[in-house]
Amino acid sequence: MATDTALPRPSLGVWQRVLSYQAFWVTIAVFLIPVAMTVIEPSFSESFWKEGNFFNITRNFAFIAIMALGQVAVIITGGIDLSVGSVLAVCGIVLGILMGNYDQPFWIGALGAIVAGVACGAFNGVLIAYMRLSAFVVTLGMLAIGRSLALAISDNKFFSKFGHDQAALIELGGGKSFGIANPVLILLALTILTGAVLRYTAWGRHLYAIGGNEHAARLTGVPVDRMKFSVYVLSGLMTAISAVLTVGWLGSVTNGLGVGYELRVIASTVIGGANLLGGEGGAYSAFIGAALIEVIRNSLLLAGVNPYWQGTFVGIFIILAVLLERIRGRKVD
Amino acid sequence: MALLELKGISKHFGAIEALAGVDFFLERGEIVGLMGDNGAGKSTLVKIVAGNFPPSGGEISLEGRAVHFHKPVDARTAGIEIVYQDLALCNNLTASANVFLAREKKRGFFPFRILDDRAMNDRSRELFGELKSETRPADTVRMMSGGQRQAVAIARTHLSQAKIVLMDEPTAAISVRQVAEVLDLMRRLRDQGIAIVLISHRMPDVFAVCDRIVVLRRGHKVADKLISQSSPEEVTGLITGAIKAA
Repeated sequence: MATDTALPRPSLGVWQRVLSYQAFWVTIAVFLIPVAMTVIEPSFSESFWKEGNFFNITRNFAFIAIMALGQVAVIITGGIDLSVGSVLAVCGIVLGILMGNYDQPFWIGALGAIVAGVACGAFNGVLIAYMRLSAFVVTLGMLAIGRSLALAISDNKFFSKFGHDQAALIELGGGKSFGIANPVLILLALTILTGAVLRYTAWGRHLYAIGGNEHAARLTGVPVDRMKFSVYVLSGLMTAISAVLTVGWLGSVTNGLGVGYELRVIASTVIGGANLLGGEGGAYSAFIGAALIEVIRNSLLLAGVNPYWQGTFVGIFIILAVLLERIRGRKVD
Repeated sequence: MALLELKGISKHFGAIEALAGVDFFLERGEIVGLMGDNGAGKSTLVKIVAGNFPPSGGEISLEGRAVHFHKPVDARTAGIEIVYQDLALCNNLTASANVFLAREKKRGFFPFRILDDRAMNDRSRELFGELKSETRPADTVRMMSGGQRQAVAIARTHLSQAKIVLMDEPTAAISVRQVAEVLDLMRRLRDQGIAIVLISHRMPDVFAVCDRIVVLRRGHKVADKLISQSSPEEVTGLITGAIKAA
């Protein structure tokens, strides 16, 4: 009497816990795919295992991964942000107009992009958190609005000149420090920061609580509306940071920037182990999911596979990620 | 002086009269069973006490002082906690994260205020110990039995030194063995001087654990008597209306 009658289950050991993380298996896949390709096609190794290629892979996925860091916070609460690709274009165009048309210094341009990104995120956040509209529909609307805004404010112009401070912009997005591309360094810093905030702060804990049981979170006094608002703003902020880096890397910006990126960003978080129903995922899952997509893309390219097939491979990995979840039975409550 | 006293509480939802002048009191360290058929007004009464909505008329006093709750947090601050039927737990969080949800312990200084998981786990372990439950603080709720989940929900009310715990159908959806556990938890709370209102449809549970029973029918109180002076047959009659009042 007076004790739990159900058999107490043993606590998971450290290893069991690591093995239960999807991000762990994805990390293995990231390294295993190129190894497998090398075994199958020895000539592949000459082009893949090169410093220059590592530089490219890491830089290429940094832009998506930074956006995925914001997205994963949204997804942990059980929401979704479909507008990130369009918001990326709005931020890039604002940056282009401020630096190109008005010859403003880099910091004004970057600040303008960030204000634009945060404003788009706040728009989503108010409608979703306070007016209780569906995240899917609101951000789908923002996807259309953002793309149209980018067209309208750029007057369908192409920006490739960024005034007197162009060098700073190009250096930040396209340059490197310590042999690592600058966007990658920024990604690493943001991943560690986001991971720490999710794991160690009450804000992070409350995001998981909302994703786990929103009703319960509300009843116990978690400020659910404010929390939800904040994640869409964060997603807008991360998108703006990515926009500044992307424009610096490309050296130009058009209103077509980021078309279809929302799918790559969401795919990254899902492959890394985030659950679209909410309550699961983390900064590392966004990071490693984006890395896997880029490794697949890069490997196929170097192996000489027709690039038209890339989408098929990425799609297969998305579905595999969900299957893996099901096999481990985590979602069966 | 009663711990909680309700006088002439009524509640209308449009033309529907959910409660019609109900008097109710609660003493320290007693378990009162609140019974009635669906729509009798049990949930309405409990939600008024828990601050989910204000009464249309009547007075509530806590330890002799009149109180007015506008939202659930007001009631909780006053020492009234509610354990919801669905327990309101987050399955993806640990037991201690649930106990401390929205009341987390933190350490460090601004802007580096971080969660103090160790302190929360330690305190949760103490609370589970007081409840004599073998729930482990760092286990995820998803992996727990129904009884352990109840312990988490009850430990949460304990954290804030509640004076009154309202329990809405705590034994409705769990196995027979776990029911015994939950009833034990309730007795343990009572022994610590906490007053409990148990809403339940399960007659055996009410008779096993309650000191007094209150029966509502169509918004009116039809009985309020010691459990030792009543019987399941009488209560059934009161609930269905076969017996008008007792």
